[in-house]
Amino acid sequence: MVEVQSVSKSYGLKAVVDDVSVNIQKGKITSFIGPNGAGKSTLLSIISRLMSADTGEVLIDGQKVNETKSRDLAKKMAILKQSNHLNLRLSVRDLVAFGRFPYSQGKLTKEDHVHIDEALRYMELEELQDRYLDQLSGGQKQRAFIAMTIAQDTEYILLDEPLNNLDMKHSVQIMKVLRRLADELGKTVLIVIHDINFASVYSDYIVALKDGKIEAQGTVNEIITTLTLKQVYGMDMSIQEINNQKICVYFS
Amino acid sequence: MKKRYLVLLLILLSFASLFIGVTTISPLDLFRFSDHQTQIFWQSRVPRLISILIAGVTLSISGFIMQQLSRNKFVSPTTAGTMDSARFGILIALIVFTSAGPFEKMVIAFLFSLAGTFLFMKILDRIKMKDPIFIPLVGLMFGNIISSITTFFAYKHDLIQNMSAWLQGDFSMITAGRYEMLYISIPLVVIAYFFADRFTIAGMGEDFAKNLGLNYKQAVNVGLVIVALSTTLVVLTVGLIPFLGLVVPNIVSIYRGDNLKNSLFDTALLGAVFILFCDILGRIIIFPYEIPIGLTVGVIGSGIFIYLLMRRRDYA
Repeated sequence: MVEVQSVSKSYGLKAVVDDVSVNIQKGKITSFIGPNGAGKSTLLSIISRLMSADTGEVLIDGQKVNETKSRDLAKKMAILKQSNHLNLRLSVRDLVAFGRFPYSQGKLTKEDHVHIDEALRYMELEELQDRYLDQLSGGQKQRAFIAMTIAQDTEYILLDEPLNNLDMKHSVQIMKVLRRLADELGKTVLIVIHDINFASVYSDYIVALKDGKIEAQGTVNEIITTLTLKQVYGMDMSIQEINNQKICVYFS
Repeated sequence: MKKRYLVLLLILLSFASLFIGVTTISPLDLFRFSDHQTQIFWQSRVPRLISILIAGVTLSISGFIMQQLSRNKFVSPTTAGTMDSARFGILIALIVFTSAGPFEKMVIAFLFSLAGTFLFMKILDRIKMKDPIFIPLVGLMFGNIISSITTFFAYKHDLIQNMSAWLQGDFSMITAGRYEMLYISIPLVVIAYFFADRFTIAGMGEDFAKNLGLNYKQAVNVGLVIVALSTTLVVLTVGLIPFLGLVVPNIVSIYRGDNLKNSLFDTALLGAVFILFCDILGRIIIFPYEIPIGLTVGVIGSGIFIYLLMRRRDYA
């Protein structure tokens, strides 16, 4: 379990994350939603130790994140930030192999290669494994990065806007993979996501942030309501039930 | 480019290098050297070859490391002020520590080139506009500022002539007893190999490195120390050799990719072949006179550099 205990972070006088406490359940997909500047990405960075909080604690399975060795945390938790402007000529397989770095420190063993092969198969990248990243489309690149986090073999996977710059087909593909990671492999997935309909359809649990504070949290049925979303986004949305899924209509 | 061909080319060029020069030594003489020939061979030709090879290998690898750490294809010891800072350090050693031996000179020059490179990396952190061509321009300007300070103090202390010896890389002055310092770079290459994965991961950004539990700062610092020290050693023994650390890694990256561990051997090999070729060219064009290596590499290297710039523009 990830426990966030009254975490705050400010830049200058502006509090970006303001006294946030939340518990994140194992084996589920938890989505962080909210308007621009709500502090979602900052919170995710604090949970994953990429940033340090001004006050408060983050505990992972009871261990304080800022007191755990970075190398040990790397075997427990993987974080993927938007890494689209990467211009290295690296083959897909080499990238996925870096996911084994916390274990191998660069010297790949037989076991490492098994993990790499599995990750490539899981993301259906076997045929692309020798291609360079700069030859891939946005969706393929994103799949390669997710394959790397799978090879990293961590219980927790954190993704910051994984659907950024992807078209609908690839977005659905990525979300289905995340669902499988939670359902088949029992991984705990945390995502920051802008599209509330993807959040509604694929999450187990939703945390809505606004101005650095938690505005609401709960299951999809609790959060995806006209009233709650009005509080979070400040606009009226009608919510339709289509194929047992709650879809927000906010285009007009 | 197959590795095999490069190795073969390197052996051929190395062999040729040993037998090109004012004093005629032909391979046929190998087993019946005159005293004079023996002396030239061991005092000049062999040291020259060894120093060419080491300089080519270390400068190319340094360039690769810098390009990864700065995340920019056009950053190298020439375009980041590293070489200029080393030269400034040599000047300071000449002025302040007049009796400094070669080792003291090396230490002072190393500290300066390290400080200069760190300063450049700090400037890089602050630049908002990460345009791939803008950054090396900043580096060239930075290097020129340091260079002008060097010239100013050299002028004041009547050391201009002394300093120009380090301006133009030149292998013709290499003789036994004057190049051995370059051997210090060999362990640096070994360290670079063991840190290759770390450099590549660090090159993917601090967040990326942290995610994999890599000590980002340590990797960057190790990389910059390798770059600064090996550059200093080359500047001290041979002089400035521009563009080598820029051109070679970029060519290798095109056909071998940016995973340093895979590309390290190719980089070393191509670097050695390239500089050896340029040196032999410089020795035969106006035979029996010589064109210094700094000039030949500069001309050929800058030509390739312009080509690479145009090519990259097409990509982007």
